Amino acid sequence: MLKKIVGLMLAVIGGFAVAGIALHRHEPINALWIVTAAVCVYLLGYRVYAAWIATRVLRVDPTRATPAERLNNGRDFMPTHRAIVFGHHFAAIAGPGPLVGPTLAAQFGYLPGTLWILVGAVFGGCVQDMTILLLSTRRDGRSLGQMARDELGPLGGVAALIGTLLIMVILSAVLGLVIVNVMKHSPWATATVLATIPAAIIVGVYLRVWRPGRVLEGTVLGVVLVLLALLGGGWLDHQPQLRGLFDYSALTLSGIIIAYGFFAAILPVWLLLAPRDYLSTFLKLGTIVLLAVAIVITHPQIKMPAITPFVDGTGPLFGGKVFPFVFITIACGAISGFHALIASGTSPKLISNETDVRLVGYGSMALESFVAIMALIAATLLDPGVFFAINTGAGVVGATPEAAVHTISGWGFPVTVEQMQALAASMGEQTLFARTGGAPSLAVGMASIFGSTFGQGLLALWYHFAIMFEAVFLLATLDAGTRVGRFMVQDVLGRAWEPLGRTSWYPSVLLSSAVIVTAWGYFLYIGVIDPNGGVNILWPLFGISNQMLAAIALSIATAIIIKGARPRYALVTLLPLAWLALVTTTAAWQKITSPDVRIGLFAAANDLAAKLAAGTLPPERAAVAPQLIFNQRLDAWLALLFTTILWLVILDMARICVRRLRGQSVPASSEVPYRESQLKLLAQAAP
Amino acid sequence: MNAPALRMHHGAAAVTQCARRGWAWLRHLSGDDAYERYRAHQLKRHPGCRLMERRAFFEEEQRRKWSGVSRCC
Repeated sequence: MLKKIVGLMLAVIGGFAVAGIALHRHEPINALWIVTAAVCVYLLGYRVYAAWIATRVLRVDPTRATPAERLNNGRDFMPTHRAIVFGHHFAAIAGPGPLVGPTLAAQFGYLPGTLWILVGAVFGGCVQDMTILLLSTRRDGRSLGQMARDELGPLGGVAALIGTLLIMVILSAVLGLVIVNVMKHSPWATATVLATIPAAIIVGVYLRVWRPGRVLEGTVLGVVLVLLALLGGGWLDHQPQLRGLFDYSALTLSGIIIAYGFFAAILPVWLLLAPRDYLSTFLKLGTIVLLAVAIVITHPQIKMPAITPFVDGTGPLFGGKVFPFVFITIACGAISGFHALIASGTSPKLISNETDVRLVGYGSMALESFVAIMALIAATLLDPGVFFAINTGAGVVGATPEAAVHTISGWGFPVTVEQMQALAASMGEQTLFARTGGAPSLAVGMASIFGSTFGQGLLALWYHFAIMFEAVFLLATLDAGTRVGRFMVQDVLGRAWEPLGRTSWYPSVLLSSAVIVTAWGYFLYIGVIDPNGGVNILWPLFGISNQMLAAIALSIATAIIIKGARPRYALVTLLPLAWLALVTTTAAWQKITSPDVRIGLFAAANDLAAKLAAGTLPPERAAVAPQLIFNQRLDAWLALLFTTILWLVILDMARICVRRLRGQSVPASSEVPYRESQLKLLAQAAP
Repeated sequence: MNAPALRMHHGAAAVTQCARRGWAWLRHLSGDDAYERYRAHQLKRHPGCRLMERRAFFEEEQRRKWSGVSRCC
């Protein structure tokens, strides 16, 4: 009874809040409305929809032994309390994606992004994560690629492999680009971010040599070191003779990042990657909690309009209409195919009871989606003029501050040079113009929230804290992505010549690391020399690849549910799949065929080629034009490849569905047979 | 002990208990107690088998963790 009353109250409050957001026009709205609506929507989704899917569609069985119990080895397979698995799973899925995507999508206004984050998560992302988690749990924690091979056939397996490898490349490039834009000509940010590398190495040595495995001690040491690096960076910024040592151009920084990525991939994990991850996880969780508390305390007004004129496709951050591009730009936070790799990796080996998948799968994704909502709030509470001045590349608004503010004010979002200078000075930076990529404007938003909660005088410190927090876990994801990419390259090369597949043979390690770093380093380099900022091309490509991976995961889930006893329940995964197929295909189609040079990649390449041939380009642009032309054509072919893979997998899945409905033979389910659980429910799993 | 002192005693015990549980959760969540868990498991399930040392165990755990996809975008 009490549960029903609580549920009803949630529905009423949530309904009011959502209606409030959607109907509120022409006057500023408070961020608390958005927070309230989001929390109610997640709780309702969790209590009603997730519960229904778990019991009726997936038919989770509390009496069934999970792999953690059957294969318990005291290490990776181990029955673990669901709160702990939730923590591990959330720490693994929460990356920089939900911070960057919503910030970029804020060019459409706060409404399209908010609605897609909420609806996409509740009906798409959370469902995908929970379903894949359960399906993998029932298959001894098998990976997405293995499940694709088992349940769809060899084509699905190859598609998943290529998709994962390409997404690693695009993701690493775009993250590298975001970091470069954070650090360019900012000695404070550069010094702090670079200092996190020796900090991580000290922690690594501590955990290996002095106190093996004392993770908490190491983490505390690392966090202290990183905070010292933050203060040290601020001190260094005020030393005229020292600050020049850390003042780099974007091009130099991209070289540093590429070299760093290579070393991170070939060094042993204990030295750099693992300790950096402890720091990043700690900072990530701490900052998310801090941000949530600060937003509730300050409850800022949202200054961005609900919908901007840029929904028509003329937006300065990236070209394209609100449909389909808001659904591509915000992947993580609404639905992210990458999560399916995590949900079919470590987490299913820890689940002690099948009923836990609702909290671990659906719950973690709802929380991740909430992080995306907070990022959207942090971006939209800035003056829109300031937001566009930070996030728009010089190629769009002009290279000088005067030209930029003139263009942006002309769009109806007034901003002045003095305002930008005062803001930059208060954040401890020389300029904030054209810091594309989303991270700097998010840091400004976070700094103003933290500043008004915990002391206005520390704005510059908060700004660089936010920058360091973003950079640390952008780099952590870059390291991990490069390493996984290296293993995948070795896996492929090993098929051609066996010794190349040995993960500990040094020549092979060097070769495969060089291959993967060159691949993403190329896209990073092109992004840096692109006068429009590069993110405008790379981020949509990343969105398309991530949604393609989600479509592969949802196809596997659909095929498995269709093969089961109640095929009609496959609609639960089929509907989000249909939506993703629609938006991804439309977006890719427009990226390939649109005659608008701000959207169509071939159109842009041809336009640039014509200008180059006519000699109308300024010399510095003419110098890089051939590389940009080549890259735009390459990106168009990549978009085509992603869409082709997407449709091949969907058709493969459709073939299985048709055969099943006609009563013909289909690949047998790879589910592990039922065995009764001997665990007293959860009792032994608590620490 | 008189009544208020007894209450204080109980209160302190409850706080200690709470802190101890919180600490255990934190260690579990961060993986700080992974070796103890492994040790307990081996001694219970495979009493005769060779037990890895803390350092070797930790190294192998890290290698295993970072051989697959363990961090997302």
